[in-house]
Amino acid sequence: MALRNILGKRFGVGLAGRRPLSTATCDVESGNAKAINLYSAINQALLIALETDPRAFVFGEDVSFGGVFRCTTGLADRFGKARVFNTPLCEQGIVGFGIGLAAMGNRAIAEIQFADYIYPAFDQIVNEASKFRYRSGNQFNCGGLTIRAPYGAVGHGGHYHSQSPEAFFCHVPGIKVVIPRSPRQAKGLLLSCIRDPNPVVFFEPKWLYRLAVEEVPEHDYMLPLSEAEVIRQGSDITLVGWGAQLSIMEQACIEAERDGIFCELIDLKTLIPWDKETVEASVRKTGRVLISHEAPVTGGFGAEISASIVERCFLRLEAPVARVCGLDTPFPLVFEPFYMPTKNKILDAIKATVNY
Amino acid sequence: MANWCRISSRTIANHMRKRMNQGFIGSAADISQTSGLSSALNNGRPVSDRNRRYQTSSPWNRATLLCFQRFKSTEAEKQQDSFLSSDSDDDHQSLDFPGGKVSYTSEMSFISESSQSRVPCYRVLDDDGELITDTSFQQVSKEVAVKMYSNMVSLQIMDTIFYEAQRQGRISFYLTSAGEEAINIASAAALTEQDIILPQYREPGVLLWRGFTLQEFADQCFGNKADYGKGRQMPIHYGSKKHNFFTISSPIATQLPQAAGIAYSLKMDNKKACVVSYIGDGGTSEGDFHAGLNFAAVMEAPVIFFCRNNGWAISTNVSEQFRSDGIVVKGRAYGIRSIRVDGNDALAVYTAVSAAREMAVNENRPILIEALTYRVGHHSTSDDSTKYRKLDEIVYWKNTRNPVNRFRNWVQSNGWWSEQQETQLRNSVRKQLLEAIQVAEKTEKPPLSEMFSDVYDYPPSNLEEQEKHLRETISRHPSDYPTDIPV
Repeated sequence: MALRNILGKRFGVGLAGRRPLSTATCDVESGNAKAINLYSAINQALLIALETDPRAFVFGEDVSFGGVFRCTTGLADRFGKARVFNTPLCEQGIVGFGIGLAAMGNRAIAEIQFADYIYPAFDQIVNEASKFRYRSGNQFNCGGLTIRAPYGAVGHGGHYHSQSPEAFFCHVPGIKVVIPRSPRQAKGLLLSCIRDPNPVVFFEPKWLYRLAVEEVPEHDYMLPLSEAEVIRQGSDITLVGWGAQLSIMEQACIEAERDGIFCELIDLKTLIPWDKETVEASVRKTGRVLISHEAPVTGGFGAEISASIVERCFLRLEAPVARVCGLDTPFPLVFEPFYMPTKNKILDAIKATVNY
Repeated sequence: MANWCRISSRTIANHMRKRMNQGFIGSAADISQTSGLSSALNNGRPVSDRNRRYQTSSPWNRATLLCFQRFKSTEAEKQQDSFLSSDSDDDHQSLDFPGGKVSYTSEMSFISESSQSRVPCYRVLDDDGELITDTSFQQVSKEVAVKMYSNMVSLQIMDTIFYEAQRQGRISFYLTSAGEEAINIASAAALTEQDIILPQYREPGVLLWRGFTLQEFADQCFGNKADYGKGRQMPIHYGSKKHNFFTISSPIATQLPQAAGIAYSLKMDNKKACVVSYIGDGGTSEGDFHAGLNFAAVMEAPVIFFCRNNGWAISTNVSEQFRSDGIVVKGRAYGIRSIRVDGNDALAVYTAVSAAREMAVNENRPILIEALTYRVGHHSTSDDSTKYRKLDEIVYWKNTRNPVNRFRNWVQSNGWWSEQQETQLRNSVRKQLLEAIQVAEKTEKPPLSEMFSDVYDYPPSNLEEQEKHLRETISRHPSDYPTDIPV
């Protein structure tokens, strides 16, 4: 409740500011589905991963008692301390250990407590995990490694509990970067990441851990990686985003529609290797594109999408590519409402692009 | 292939005592469970299940005890251990703290930054290759000894010829192991082939020992299509799945936390094997050194951390690297048993690694070995070490403390080696190597398609697109590209 109040105050939009998105368009058979929040969906995915593969391990700081976001609740009791365990407080150790575990044919599911703290492990991810297969000529690989990390703003996280570091990892051949937008997506994508034969960095939108509630099938299912999804059809402009930002973008789409502007909203889901074709097809239809993310605009992944779309759709574009992103400051505590790519910033950009 | 050998007596008691002259420094937990001191960490409590496990199942328990007793008689340990004992007035009081009880003391006393004397260095052979009186070591058979010596010689010849090939511009880079032949070969000889190697980069002798052929070495250095790494890495970045030798990467110490993860997997699978991870003195300053040792200790993973302290990290002397008494003392801070050994004494290295392996595998624990040695060659072919160190120093280590000559003297003194065999071996290895280089040089480079494979399990669309685009560019500008890469 405290978080909700904070969110309401900060953004003046109440809970609507981060209402979860539906995944109605995904192909998952409903079967037995229950309405659960995002951390519970992660928990289900981890439970299924551990249950279906005796060589799966879940570890990281404080995961034994359930983790600071409760994602690993009950797992140590169920699967034992040998498979679900606390590690020392050392991110480079967590990832390095995970690489070793994965290199022996295990599914190593490592938790970094906050994405803001992933940097000590940067070398292990960039120089080791990502090149493990390539440098050995495919003699060795650490494809069983999945690194989970909560990312993004929460309204009160300041510098070190708010960052969105995805772009750093999108510059690294050999790893995949995946970000889910909702509970149902989180479960299916996480299971795909865990079972993918390549190392994956999986960023979880921590703002949605409790806020996002959705019907999630109870059974074991996977959602495809490197496939974007059109989650809202439109004809006037294409909006591209991922993770928690999609809910803000969707509100902008709803408001734009009142002004007669029909936006197409795409969830990229996998940032590398990303699904250019889906985005390109949409932009060819609408002639306009807007990209939005919480990370600072300069050098953000929006720049890569922008460049690729200009390369592919230059003559079809009727307006410059728009980017509505975080500003180029460290993530600022009391200024967070100013820093954020809010609904109205997006709405303004939609109108400016359509009326260009 | 080997059995414990003593010089003076053959009784079991003596055997154990002698063996412990190797002097593994016990971790705090060992001391508390074996020393009989009333306080320490187990004050007044029954031994924990964990301790009981060691007491009942470990063949090393007695050894640990003896190890500790021996240390009580040395100055260095006396000083350290005084902080673990509690003979103060507050003995009856203790602080029940997470991790175990801590006794109180009314005496304010800081733990010294170092012991009064440096941790001694275990050796078996003197500089002339004579067995030191009253030493103990793990005996090696004639067959193993001759193989060890032959491999040390092969490594020397490899270094000479590949170094020369680099100087002639035939390969782009090389890095010698000169001065560290005993560490390379003797540590490898003490392991089983199921033990998994996570190398730094100055341990090609381990691969040599395991049967990686001279041709395989040459193919990697030339980056041809027979190179398992498909020509993607600089020379000397060997790796061989069939030899349980993980592919070398240049970043320093990154292999240490990985070693802990691999060892944890071996433990989970109940494999009677351990991981051996090598590192240099400079590497111990990296964060990954801390991460690797701490994780291995906490996860009770069977890893031998083998530090080749050769005095120099490129141009940085150990005096500019750390203020501790080398690396061996760092083990205790992590709760890891450690030993300092003469890295230029093949028998000492062999014995220490054998003992470390037994403890690691049987007790599921990491062990730290610091081998004192010297990098007789330059850091690599890109370095000239006479710019930062004295020639006398290099010459001293190259001649007086030469590990290959020292071991040869011992092998010869057993009547296992002759001048004739020496000449024959050197000629034969030299000839094989020159042939291997010729073959490697003539072998085709890997095809261009290998540039794009193995980034992922299969190439995503962006890589397919880039490959297609590159091939079009090549067809337009063929003269821009090397002709020896099949397109």
